[in-house]
Amino acid sequence: MSISKSDVQYIAALARIHVPQEKLDGFTKNLADIVKYVEQLQELNVDNVKPTSHAVPVGNVLRPDVVKPSLTNQEALGLAVEAQNGSFKVPLVIE
Amino acid sequence: MSLHRLTARALLDLLKSGKTSAKEAYNAVIAHIKAVDPKVKAYVRLSSQKPDFNAKNQFAVPIGLKDNLCVKGEEVTCASRILKGLRSPYDATVVAKIKNSGGAIIGVLNMDEFAFGSSCETSCYGPTFNPWDLQCVPGGSSGGSAAAVAADEAPWALGSDTGGSIRQPAAFCGIVGLKPTYGRVSRYGLIAFASSLDQIGPLTKDVTDCALLMNIISGYDERDSTSVNTPVPDYTKALVNDVRGLKIGIPKQAFVQGLAPQVRQAVEESLNVLRKSGAVVKEVSLPHTPYAVAAYYIVATAEASSNLARFDGVRYGLRATPGAVRKNTLVDMYEETRSRGFGDEAKRRIMLGTYALSSGYYDAYYLRGQKARTLIKQDLDEAFKDCDVIITPTAPTVAFKVGEKLSDPLSMYLSDIYTIPANLAGIPAISVPCGFSDTGLPIGLQLMAKAFDEEMLLRVSYTYEQNTEWHLKKPRL
Repeated sequence: MSISKSDVQYIAALARIHVPQEKLDGFTKNLADIVKYVEQLQELNVDNVKPTSHAVPVGNVLRPDVVKPSLTNQEALGLAVEAQNGSFKVPLVIE
Repeated sequence: MSLHRLTARALLDLLKSGKTSAKEAYNAVIAHIKAVDPKVKAYVRLSSQKPDFNAKNQFAVPIGLKDNLCVKGEEVTCASRILKGLRSPYDATVVAKIKNSGGAIIGVLNMDEFAFGSSCETSCYGPTFNPWDLQCVPGGSSGGSAAAVAADEAPWALGSDTGGSIRQPAAFCGIVGLKPTYGRVSRYGLIAFASSLDQIGPLTKDVTDCALLMNIISGYDERDSTSVNTPVPDYTKALVNDVRGLKIGIPKQAFVQGLAPQVRQAVEESLNVLRKSGAVVKEVSLPHTPYAVAAYYIVATAEASSNLARFDGVRYGLRATPGAVRKNTLVDMYEETRSRGFGDEAKRRIMLGTYALSSGYYDAYYLRGQKARTLIKQDLDEAFKDCDVIITPTAPTVAFKVGEKLSDPLSMYLSDIYTIPANLAGIPAISVPCGFSDTGLPIGLQLMAKAFDEEMLLRVSYTYEQNTEWHLKKPRL
């Protein structure tokens, strides 16, 4: 399987990244090289092999539902690019 | 007395005997940074406030931190434009532990952007240089941490390791670097790259300091749900000069094409040192490790693309708005912010991960990558049934030239060929200095052990260190 320029544009859009025309060739080549390299995984027989998502098996970690001190609203918003009425402010979502 | 040249342990001894003060030690390190960092460029910034030396921290040993660890009130940026100016509202757990132990935070060390790289060149601040040869990279991604310790700009430092990011720069800079078992050290307050692989660990001048720093940073933390609740031993008790009867496994797959002859020779000589000390060296087989880099670049980038989705110009960091050509809706703002904020390597990895997780490719890439991970872990589990440590080179070559691999990401990725399996399997691994190339660049020896057996790594490396003098060599700057 190879990666085309239109694949790269499609992936970039999914990832919310804009790839300018002058960088499209370079990114396409890099990603195609890497995808070609990882293709070697297709050689492996993985029938009956379970996937590993974490090396050390841990289950769900639960804690009592008790409110503890954490960042205040003001502290959390202190880093915001724009804030209003105790909330984060963003540009227009839908027209 | 050149206080900055001392190990943390030696400095601590002087402090306890009253022969120097914490303030004097701190000032000596700062003065040395001012003298050599214009050449090395290990630090991206010094702490905004000098520590207040008092009775509580009279034995304070200065420490440097990688730029992905949160310190309350200090800037933390992962060497990325997208986070410039961000001041953390809280301390990472390891930072709180350092502060509680009395440690004095000197400043923040350079890294590859979001830890994406093996050379410290993808930083938005520009590269760090190898103290042994300023034309060469220090390795990465914790290149600033390794260069600072090697250049005596910090008695010790913390880094993070997702695929070799502590061990490979430690090898390139001739120091000791340990990636602990996954879950041994809390990741709370470490800005995530690949959450199932990341671990924080020490970069130090010798194995003794490595054990001391592990004593400070290890332990269960309820704020990291992957932190493992097992008792923390006193790691300094593992510092014994005795490997008699221990079994050392050498994977036959380790001596691959692309391994520099001088690295191979240094590793073979190291094995002789351990043999002479009474260890038994035997061959083991890790048949799936040749697939480790491929599996890693699927799993790690998939996790990274998901973790980095949070950098969107809303809650913190950069917000960029598009010009007149495009509109300025929320999605336009996301795209403009991320396009201007991330460097090329970050964009490559985010796109690769997005591809591996995208509809139609998930089974072929991500799921297969995770299954390959299982096979690699099983190989290691099997090998450890019959040996106590596994030894390989840390990296296939010594430090390469600045710029040499930057335009060829795949060749950069292959410099992590020996270090990646330990992250995939979650096991601890250490790099210790084991020689020099004829060009005067350090070579690293990697030792891996079973999960939560850091003590075995420390014991074997300490024995090796007691019988060699590589760790005592220092670069001339």
